[in-house]
Amino acid sequence: MLTLAVSKGRIYDETVPLLKALGLEPAVCPDKSRKLILPTLNPDFQLLVIRATDVPTYVEYGAADMGIAGKDVLEEYEATGLYEPLDLGIACCRLMTAARVGAPDPLSGGRPRVATKYVKTAHRYFARHGIQAEIIKLYGSMELAPLVGLADCIVDVVDTGNTLKANGLEARDLIMQVSSRLVVNKAAMKMKHTAISRFITAISQTVASHAGRSIQP
Amino acid sequence: MLSRDRWLLPEGIDEMLSEESRRMEILRRRVLDLFAVWGYELVIPPLIEYMDSLLAGTGADLDLQTFKLIDPASGRLLGVRADMTPQVARIDARCLAHDRPTRLCYLGTVLHAQADHLAKSRSPMQVGAELFGHAGSASDLEVIRLMLEMLTLSGVEDVHLDLGHVGIYRGLARQASLTSQQEADLFEILQRKDRAAMTDLLAALPLKQSCRDNLAALIDLNGHQSVIEVARSRLIEPPPDVSRALDDLQWLEQNLRTRFPSLPLHFDLAELRAYHYQTGVVFAAFVPGCGREIARGGRYDAIGSHYGRARPATGFSADLRILLNLIPAQTFVSPELPLFAPCADDPVLDEAVATLRKQGKIVIQGLPGQNGGALDMGCTHALSRRGNTWEITEVSRPDGS
Repeated sequence: MLTLAVSKGRIYDETVPLLKALGLEPAVCPDKSRKLILPTLNPDFQLLVIRATDVPTYVEYGAADMGIAGKDVLEEYEATGLYEPLDLGIACCRLMTAARVGAPDPLSGGRPRVATKYVKTAHRYFARHGIQAEIIKLYGSMELAPLVGLADCIVDVVDTGNTLKANGLEARDLIMQVSSRLVVNKAAMKMKHTAISRFITAISQTVASHAGRSIQP
Repeated sequence: MLSRDRWLLPEGIDEMLSEESRRMEILRRRVLDLFAVWGYELVIPPLIEYMDSLLAGTGADLDLQTFKLIDPASGRLLGVRADMTPQVARIDARCLAHDRPTRLCYLGTVLHAQADHLAKSRSPMQVGAELFGHAGSASDLEVIRLMLEMLTLSGVEDVHLDLGHVGIYRGLARQASLTSQQEADLFEILQRKDRAAMTDLLAALPLKQSCRDNLAALIDLNGHQSVIEVARSRLIEPPPDVSRALDDLQWLEQNLRTRFPSLPLHFDLAELRAYHYQTGVVFAAFVPGCGREIARGGRYDAIGSHYGRARPATGFSADLRILLNLIPAQTFVSPELPLFAPCADDPVLDEAVATLRKQGKIVIQGLPGQNGGALDMGCTHALSRRGNTWEITEVSRPDGS
């Protein structure tokens, strides 16, 4: 039995076509069912549907053999107990700084106040640019913080940029490109090597054919 | 602090109550007795040492894990041990001045400054065995066998063994003339098996194509024993130490296969556990349901040189608390039920109690005016007076049943 942890929403929606191609389609839809463990068409493969930020935790503890998580989440979790063998090229976006239109550059010096849910990533980013930032941890609606004077800028994932625009903010610097990765528990990789490496090979072929580019198995 | 949370222990520090302690003691004796019959002598290293000697040759990770305090007597920095292996290496290097193989074992609580990511403990009970003074694969095999025996004897079931060799990565990195920064970056990527980052990094380095292919191959070199053959065919003109490392792994594989035919073996040539001080074969034991290794070890030939005497060394260690949690409770014999001695001023009773205790029976002495009787104290039998003597009788229940 292999268990794959996936988060609801965009990652789930873009993962299902990949699983479908491998005959591992979920047997029930998570929107219609309240189940958190979803069986698939293959009796030896199940999905756990959890919060995106919890995926590395479940996989590191071995509660799930594998998981699919955004690079932003992995970077923030500072995962050391996980393998990260494959870039699935799905749920792509950018992790960026953003500030009010016309506001001074957050990297221009001083001690900028930065609102974000990516506390460690933001801290590292500013430190790399020689700036000590005051990080304000928020759980959502980051865009509000600069508007009400809570922060000078924000660090968040940007997809279309529409939310920023609607709130009078503009994206400034790119921190990193984000896409979803397949992560694997280290112990599972050793004890279920055949099944897991077969899965990785199969899904990397699917990813390659979806993306029209070649990725080595 | 409110009085109602005054009893809380610091984060990651725990204690064992009587039943768990009893099992721990049984496990501790089983393990140390096993080490003893293999010729491993017990040493008891100190709880604290000067930092310079405690950390010699172990790298920055252990430094961050060590609780530190200033010695008022010398003004020097002391550290509470976070790993006993370097202490035992020091004992071998400094206190035992001979060139014969030395076999030492140890058991004790270590302290970690940061709670472990998975186990959440800051006070593991480290147990381990180290073999100094022999540089060949035969000593690696011996400590691997001892580790497997320890797990079997403890009652841990369904053990999987993972084998690797840090000499392979070291040799290929040297072949490619990587700077120490490049070597560290690549190391970090290999720990994650992050193929995308690996490809990007290697493409950015000015390397010979054969060196680049060799390093890139490492990410795939894991799996069953066929990995060794694959490595031989995939690695282009490997340096001699890499070929020797592959020979060592193959030799170990054959010997383990004969001795433990049903043991699941896994190889990972990019597994670089404790890379900073390991120098050869590395190994770890895994069990289903545990997200990471439960015991691990390997060869670390260089560490003794920090104490002025380089000695080949290999060994393993484990956290006895983690092992205890993996062992099914029924493998421990249940304790013998205690007998109750009533409160009576009678020398004959005292003598009877002393005789029973000499025979190994547990006798609980009743106290004057105590709350609860024999049954409440867990005793189904008690001493009762018959004429001038005392004899063991079953305690009748208050309802007469």
